[in-house]
Amino acid sequence: MVEILVNGKVVRVAPGTTVAAAVLIAGEERFRHSVRGEPRGPLCGMGICFECCVTIDGRPNLRSCQMPCRDGMEVVTAVFNEG
Amino acid sequence: MSVRIADVAVVGGGIVGAACADAFSADGLSVELIEAGIVGGGASAAGMGHLTVMDDSEAQFALTSFSLRLWKRLETALPAEVEYSRCGTLWVAADDEEMAEVERKRQFYTLRGVTAETLDARQVAEAEPNLRPGLAGGLLVPGDRVIYAPCAAAWLVKRAIAGGARVRTGVRAVSTDASMGAGMVTLSDGGRVSAKHIVDATGAASPDLVRPRKGHLAITDRYAGFVRHQVVELGYLKSAHGHDIESVAFNVQPRATGQVLIGSSRQYGIGDSRVDAHLLARMLRRAVEYMPRIATLSVVRAWTGFRAATPDSLPLIGPSPRNGQVLLATGHEGLGITTSLGTARLLADWVAGRKPPIPIEPYLPTRFPAEVHRG
Ligand SMILES: Cc1cc2nc3c(=O)[nH]c(=O)nc-3n(C[C@H](O)[C@H](O)[C@H](O)COP(=O)(O)OP(=O)(O)OC[C@H]3O[C@@H](n4cnc5c(N)ncnc54)[C@H](O)[C@@H]3O)c2cc1C
Ligand code: FES
Repeated sequence: MVEILVNGKVVRVAPGTTVAAAVLIAGEERFRHSVRGEPRGPLCGMGICFECCVTIDGRPNLRSCQMPCRDGMEVVTAVFNEG
Repeated sequence: MSVRIADVAVVGGGIVGAACADAFSADGLSVELIEAGIVGGGASAAGMGHLTVMDDSEAQFALTSFSLRLWKRLETALPAEVEYSRCGTLWVAADDEEMAEVERKRQFYTLRGVTAETLDARQVAEAEPNLRPGLAGGLLVPGDRVIYAPCAAAWLVKRAIAGGARVRTGVRAVSTDASMGAGMVTLSDGGRVSAKHIVDATGAASPDLVRPRKGHLAITDRYAGFVRHQVVELGYLKSAHGHDIESVAFNVQPRATGQVLIGSSRQYGIGDSRVDAHLLARMLRRAVEYMPRIATLSVVRAWTGFRAATPDSLPLIGPSPRNGQVLLATGHEGLGITTSLGTARLLADWVAGRKPPIPIEPYLPTRFPAEVHRG
């Protein structure tokens, strides 16, 4: 199993799980906010829509659906990022 | 097709034409605005929207500072989508030579009542934490502003329409013919507009004396707080206002969305509007030299636009030397978003016979001998 942090919460997932899936397993539905502050989450699941962006290890705007979880990763979603 | 009659026909619905339509209609004149594409879709959509007081010459200072005052009068009226921002300008100096320029600039502004503050190396780093270490300092001009010009143009046109102006989009003026106190504009759909005054606000498409000067910009994804001011390198003055064939300069702007707008390049002699990958790369490398972390941001879009450059870097505002019925409102190069309001005010005053708040003479197209004008 791989262990990552989603908004400070430990999530354990099978190797190869995407960050998007891990974020959903952590119970987070708001991945990011639109310009007008609306909540957004994964839509296409294949790297096209950019709705699933989160901050990973301090780097903002990364598509979580395209990113496999790696041990020790720290993921922050919009709710935590933008208050 | 029918002939429409107006006091003023404004050809071109960029920020300059929009401001002219607004100013003439506020004067109670009937206005017909003709725009080949959409309002605010030309250079005005390509530019950065930096409203800045410039000091290259007294005439440029007069027009930019006057125009900025006019923008500030609108600040409470502008709708949210204009994204009016009070971010100010931070001119950054890389070395002692550029620090000398900071001091010269500070004195120039201060003498003329514009607030400007010298920052040392530490203060510059505090003001913009993403600048690379080791810069010499900078000049903060807190009164400068930023807007999103296409929406500003749309708003000015809306106000003109509320004042009675008529707007035609998707039709181009194919010819203007003016004699004996009346002008006639023939449109691509066969329609015609008869007007006492014809304003040529076609930007870089204007045939009179202007040369298109291509520019590139790039915009990133949203990284709120990455940059706080419009940040411009002071080498800008040397490269951008020189007349090199091709130049790039570090110039970044925080957008209201959290995006970072990155500029800019200047190129003469290119008619092709496609993004030039080599020049774009050069421009981005320049930005990374000043803000190394820009290399970690993702750029979502890049585009180009054409500035209307004149031989003396001042705009053309006033009667055309070839035809007095045609009033030119073009040649604003890299400052037309800033100077649109001043331009419109000068022309409205000219037509009304009022004394303008600043002298129009430095911008009169007749400063160039008639034979220099093409067209
Ligand atoms: C990369 C770049 C960055 C810039 N940054 C800034 C900045 O930060 N601050 C600033 O103040 N300025 C900036 N500028 C300059 C500014 O964008 C221009 O000076 C300004 O937009 C000029 O406005 P305009 O209305 O004259 O031209 P445009 O916006 O080009 O409008 C002209 C309009 O005329 C129409 N037209 C042309 N021919 C015809 C015809 N025959 N019939 C009908 N319509 C016609 C076109 O469709 C167009 O909409 C920048 C420019 C560029 C390229
Ligand atoms: S869900 Fe569409 S890009 Fe990730």
